[in-house]
Amino acid sequence: MVIGTSPPRRDGMDKLTGRSLYSDDLRPDGVWYGATVRSTRAHARLRSVRRSEDFDWSNVVFVTAADIPGLNVVSLMTDDQPVLADGLVRHVTEPIALVAAPTRELALEAVRHVLVEYEDLPALFDPLVAEGHGVRIFGEDNVYKRIHIEHGTRTNTTAHLIRGRYTTGLQEQLYIEPQSMIAELRPDGGITLTGSMQCPYYIDRAVKRMLGHDRVNVAQAVTGGGFGGKEEYPSILACHASLLALAAGRPVKITYRRDEDLRATTKRHPAIIDLATLVSSDGRLLELHGRIWMDGGAYHTLSTVVLSRAILHVQGPYRCPYVDLEGTVVATNTPPNGAFRGFGAPQAQWAMERHMDRIARHVGMDPLALRRLNLVVDGDVTATGQTLRNPGGFAVLEAAERAATAPVKRKHVRPGVVGAEMREGRGVALAWHGCGFTGNGEAKIRGTVGLELRGNQVAVLSSSTDIGQGTETIFPMIVADTLGIPMSRVFNTAHDTGFVPDSGPTVASRTAMVVGGTCEKAAQRLLRALREAHGEGDFDTLAARAAAAGTPMRVNETYEVDASVQWNPDTYQGDAYPCYGWSCVIVDLRVDVDTGEIIYDRVVTATDVGKALSPVLAAGQIEGGTLQALGWATQEEVVLDAQGCMRNDRLTNYIIPTALDGPEMVTELVEIPYEGGPFGAKGIGEIPMDAPAAAVAQAIEAACGAVLDSLPMTPERVFAAMEAR
Amino acid sequence: MLRCEAPVFRPRTLDEAFAMRAAMPDATVLAGGTDVMVYLEGGVLKPTRIIDLWGCPGMRELRFTTGGQVYGAGLTCTDVLRAMHSHPLLRDAAATVGATQIQNRATLGGNICNSSPAGDTLPVWLALRAEFELGCVRGFRRVPASGFWRGYKKIDMQPDELLVAIRVPALAGHMHFRKVGTRMAQSISKVVFAGRYSVGKEACLAFGAVGPTPMRCTAAEAALVSGASINEVVSLVEQEVLPIDDIRSTALYRRKVAGRIVRRWLDNLPRA
Ligand SMILES: Cc1cc2nc3c(=O)[nH]c(=O)nc-3n(C[C@H](O)[C@H](O)[C@H](O)COP(=O)(O)OP(=O)(O)OC[C@H]3O[C@@H](n4cnc5c(N)ncnc54)[C@H](O)[C@@H]3O)c2cc1C
Repeated sequence: MVIGTSPPRRDGMDKLTGRSLYSDDLRPDGVWYGATVRSTRAHARLRSVRRSEDFDWSNVVFVTAADIPGLNVVSLMTDDQPVLADGLVRHVTEPIALVAAPTRELALEAVRHVLVEYEDLPALFDPLVAEGHGVRIFGEDNVYKRIHIEHGTRTNTTAHLIRGRYTTGLQEQLYIEPQSMIAELRPDGGITLTGSMQCPYYIDRAVKRMLGHDRVNVAQAVTGGGFGGKEEYPSILACHASLLALAAGRPVKITYRRDEDLRATTKRHPAIIDLATLVSSDGRLLELHGRIWMDGGAYHTLSTVVLSRAILHVQGPYRCPYVDLEGTVVATNTPPNGAFRGFGAPQAQWAMERHMDRIARHVGMDPLALRRLNLVVDGDVTATGQTLRNPGGFAVLEAAERAATAPVKRKHVRPGVVGAEMREGRGVALAWHGCGFTGNGEAKIRGTVGLELRGNQVAVLSSSTDIGQGTETIFPMIVADTLGIPMSRVFNTAHDTGFVPDSGPTVASRTAMVVGGTCEKAAQRLLRALREAHGEGDFDTLAARAAAAGTPMRVNETYEVDASVQWNPDTYQGDAYPCYGWSCVIVDLRVDVDTGEIIYDRVVTATDVGKALSPVLAAGQIEGGTLQALGWATQEEVVLDAQGCMRNDRLTNYIIPTALDGPEMVTELVEIPYEGGPFGAKGIGEIPMDAPAAAVAQAIEAACGAVLDSLPMTPERVFAAMEAR
Repeated sequence: MLRCEAPVFRPRTLDEAFAMRAAMPDATVLAGGTDVMVYLEGGVLKPTRIIDLWGCPGMRELRFTTGGQVYGAGLTCTDVLRAMHSHPLLRDAAATVGATQIQNRATLGGNICNSSPAGDTLPVWLALRAEFELGCVRGFRRVPASGFWRGYKKIDMQPDELLVAIRVPALAGHMHFRKVGTRMAQSISKVVFAGRYSVGKEACLAFGAVGPTPMRCTAAEAALVSGASINEVVSLVEQEVLPIDDIRSTALYRRKVAGRIVRRWLDNLPRA
């Protein structure tokens, strides 16, 4: 058995030694470089877009919306976002035109010689103002979606009413490799796209609709991180590169510079969350009323699904007999927000965990005792009426508490700091996370995996990409153990829509759990097929017979949703997720009382992963996600100018944690198996994003009394909160 | 991808460096390159020619004289941290610059001549009453640190001059360095402070990142020497610094933190 061990990752050595070829490393013969002319206005009519006469355009191609052969739409959920602006721009950095030239320098120079005349329109930046405003960005009222859930029975006992508002800001995914895509013309007049991506089939569909024909295939290049930032956005680069390749009659590559990437691409949705609870005097939640507003930016992208996940997670892992929740995601004239690890759940649970601390303060209880009292147990029912079976809240809480009794090993020494006054604090937070798609998402997608016998080796065909999380390693492990052969004989093929089936997008903590589960079933199917064709025997015997017979052997397996899972998308009632992961985070930190700086000493996490298929990869997801969550908590702030454009568009001023900012991490993997996942595995990609920020806030409060309900808790805000005490 | 086709000239002696500088006033001087490379990448600098001082003999030594220490302008932060007798205030500052990779290339001369108001060694030179030794084909001259930074990124250096060395007199007193940056490494200062105080005699309270140039709080210094209360000194510091709001922090935060740093240091001093 290789499952449960941690073999070296398949892509590890090549990445470590620099042999991996990322999109920007690929240079097809005769490739030109594309660049984008972008709006400098938040909301404006385009009076004219033209090429300046004092520039030599002879060696440059120029493309506008008029050159789009099919639909001028970035296909995703709603056809609202144009590939290139046609007469109107709704956000700063919106693509208006494209150029390509033999060198990147010339392309960038050409961009500076495209003249755009704007007629400014009033712009909206605040979702609370934009909702229902007369200035139209989307539909009748600038609302992408409103979701309402009511469930349970109201209380008739006397209770404390406790209200609070909690907010979160933009966050950048900050994959190490910026967005990059190459379009090449195929001999049949079609186009091959190769680039940095999470979801080849999203791109495949978007480019086909834009071109108006189906002669398109999409292949993933080695990808340097995604975190959701390469879920939907790469479709835009793919459409752009395709248009330029057609115009230039040669391959075209577009690679964003970091500053362009930061300014133009999607971010985590900011949220404003009002919670009001009725709580008994002994601390039991009786009613939860929640109002969530999210800023979707100027186009829909995946906003409604992000909102959905926020609503479904805002209750946190707590029992509440009556829940009344309404969420609204609103259009504003800012660059569209999109997918980002956690997908609305971190914002929602930040709010609920802070609210739990507020309740604890109000009723005079210890925050942890309050959580214990309300933590869900077997048979409790969620806001959607789903009955929870064997929830892991107590298991992760106990595992984290046990690990946190050990003394903190490492105290950071800050260079250049002596004699500072530091106050220590500890904070605890809990979270749950629905694994896989919401509701009937999986039933709609019907993700498929192919297995092909090649001699005595097995190829796994899927569109599930490896973006650093380990797909190239995990799928072969699952298939090898199911077939009873060494992992060395199983490999993933390239993720190219020209020959792999659509196994769904690489998102939503679903790849190992859902597609990995399909790999397991596919391997069983392959064994059955071999036995039918070649009689009894182990895999090696059968593979040898198949090889001798010379008949190709290929099976496809499609994910079948458990029939007992019921979901009503109209009432938002039913089984929101096939299973949930659970996490508890205990943060030890110090606050510098003179500056509000936070030093993280240790973070203990205990996470229910179902089954740690590869403990090293699992811990890697959790530790990386935890560090990303700490960045969201106290460091990462997007500063916008008057047009809504990101001003701190450099790694020197958009501050993410460095290795030195990282604390000692103690990572406990708790295994409460999910029978629908391969070997019991649950999704773990996103849950590490959920609980840390709230644990940090509680720890800051414990250390210095400063109460913070807005993210990020930058030193400036911590300082102000200390002064306000 | 960074492309620069400007020819690079590497002097083999200090005199050759002066001669090159005189002959090519348009050239970009490069030491460790940790600032210059950023300008190249950002497209704000388009060099025609480059004079590369890295490895130029005579610029990377720490010497001791009867009156104090002389730091070669080509010494890197790592050199300062490795040298047995480098000044403790300077060591503290050098340890906060970037991270190890940057410290291996970042030179003292580069930090001084780049003259970012947030340069972390700059308040140290003010606190230590350092003198900068500038050289050129015409000869040498010395400029006190307090007169070198004339305005935002304006320095007292002629087009044919190079910074050769920094002279630091031997001084007694309490010393303190504090950087408040954005994170634990690769962090640009929001406030950086270097202080020196001989009770009743002399005080220097020098800050970076709170004005267009590194600066001293002279009124607060005078109050401190004359025995004013810590509260008075701190409130003068808060009045004297000239911070602004920018993408890294706010003027209010910088002003208050500048005061807090001084308060904490003075509070921690052993009572006379
Ligand atoms: C990732 C990163 C992190 C950084 N972190 C910090 C930090 O924490 N704190 C900080 O203060 N700085 C920081 N910096 C800035 C930089 O590292 C320092 O300013 C460094 O000291 C510059 O030295 P250098 O030798 O690399 O200068 P160079 O880039 O070679 O030169 C800088 C300037 O000085 C001029 N110059 C250099 N030497 C001479 C000389 N002898 N005579 C005349 N002119 C000269 C050059 O022409 C140029 O204008 C950072 C930079 C990077 C890229």
